[in-house]
Parts: sequence; structure tokens; C-alpha cells
Amino acid sequence: MSREQKQLLLEIMQYSFALVETNLYLDTHPYDERALKLHNSYSQKYNELLSLYEAKYGPLRYTQMSGCPWAYINDPWPWEIDFDVI
Amino acid sequence: MWIYEKKLQYPVRVYSTNPALAQMIIEQFGGADGELSAGIRYLTQRWTMPTNQAKAILTDIGTEELAHWEIIGTIVWKLVKDATIDQIKGTPFEAHYVNHGKSPYPHDASGVPWTAAFINSKGDPIADLHENMAAEQKARATYEWLINVSDDPGVIDALRFLREREIVHFQRFGEALRIVQEELDRKKYY
Ligand SMILES: [Fe+2]
Repeated sequence: MSREQKQLLLEIMQYSFALVETNLYLDTHPYDERALKLHNSYSQKYNELLSLYEAKYGPLRYTQMSGCPWAYINDPWPWEIDFDVI
Repeated sequence: MWIYEKKLQYPVRVYSTNPALAQMIIEQFGGADGELSAGIRYLTQRWTMPTNQAKAILTDIGTEELAHWEIIGTIVWKLVKDATIDQIKGTPFEAHYVNHGKSPYPHDASGVPWTAAFINSKGDPIADLHENMAAEQKARATYEWLINVSDDPGVIDALRFLREREIVHFQRFGEALRIVQEELDRKKYY
């Protein structure tokens, strides 16, 4: 996995985690407009980065499109990535 | 349903090979207060929750726990993947190795296999949400004991992240409990 790919994946992971947090908060505070605004802006950024990543390196989700061969299976799988060397 | 996203929730960094530590971390893979118990407990309790907030929080925290289970399995794997037989012999991981090789397996640190008896779904939202709040505190405590016995800075970093999540989950379950309680009181009154 190239440095560039790893950086982009890490950025996606950061936005994805921010969405986990806003999601849980909104589940019990569904009328909080400030949190909703934050959630929506993270969501937009997350989807942009995800589309960029998947177009370049293949699907992170099986619901996405792929060239031939099916790039979803490409390594490294999440538990194989060396995040200590970036 | 669920859709897998091919990424970890948190970047796991492990700097050492340490089968003995792996065997301790596995407590959170298949132990009573571990991530598998948490995920199955919350996802199972959803059917009898009376409010949308509580249905959502159980769904989403339950799902997050499965992502944590994947993080724990990854820490365990990274701690043992390069281990030689000599590095495994004589450690607490040796008994695990003769049955499972280097694969993680859902049992606790002393080898007791995961069982549904670790969790409950009482069909009573007040009882269930209290169980969940206690479960989050027990998981937080386990992470603190695990941090105390860890000496790999990468492992400690991931364990700290997971410990923080238990505190957030406790907070959200507390809010869900208050919402459910108010709903039940309102129904009683009218
Ligand atoms: Fe939790």
C-alpha cells in the first residue's frame, strides 16, 4: 500500500469515526441542529473522499463499482495494514 | 442488514511480538465483558425497545462493538503473527496455540470459551438498559487492567481509544434510559 493510499485511507477513517460519534449523539439528541450541521458536513466530506479512494484503489464496500478484475478483494485487508510506517 | 466496510475503525499500530500479551488482550475478544458480548447483547435487545431513540442507539452501538471486536482481533494477530515457537513456548499463549494456532478465538484470557450466558436480553427495556450501562463500566475497567499489563505503546494507544468509547457508550445508554423512562411514565399517566 503506497504512502498516498494509506494517507487517504487514514483521512477516510477519521471522517468515518467522526460520523460514528455524531450518529450516536444524534440518536439521543435528534433535534440538536448544531450536531446535525456537523454531521452533514462530515458526511459530505466522507462521501467525497470515499468516491475518490474507490475510483483510484477499488471498492471498500461491495456495493460499489469495480473494473475487471473485481478489486474489492485486493490486499491489504484491514488487519494487514502497517499503520506504524506511513 | 449490515454492509462491511473494508477498513478498521481505528488504525492499529503494534511494535512488538508478544504472545503473552496477546493472550491477555483476547479477554476483550471472547470474554464476558468483551466486544463480542457487547455487540451480540445490544443487537439482540433491539426487538423489545419501545422508543426510536433506544432502537437506534442499540443498533448503532451494537454495530460499533463489532468494529471494536475487529480491532481486538487485529491487535492479537499483530502480536503473534511473527512469533517463533520458542517465543510461544512457556507463555500463557501456548495452550491457545496448540488448539487454534495463531488465529484469534473467542475465549477469555484464561481460555473459557465465549457463551451466550455472558449476556442477557430480558425483554424489559429498563432492565436491559441498566445491564448495558453496567456492561460499559465493566469493559472500561477491563481496558484499564489491560493497559496496566501492556508495554507496547501502539497497543496501549489502541486500548486507550477503546476505553474512551466505553465511556461514550455509557453516556448514550444513560440518555436512552432517561428517554425510555419518560416514555413509560407518560403512558402510565394518560
Ligand atoms: Fe461499548
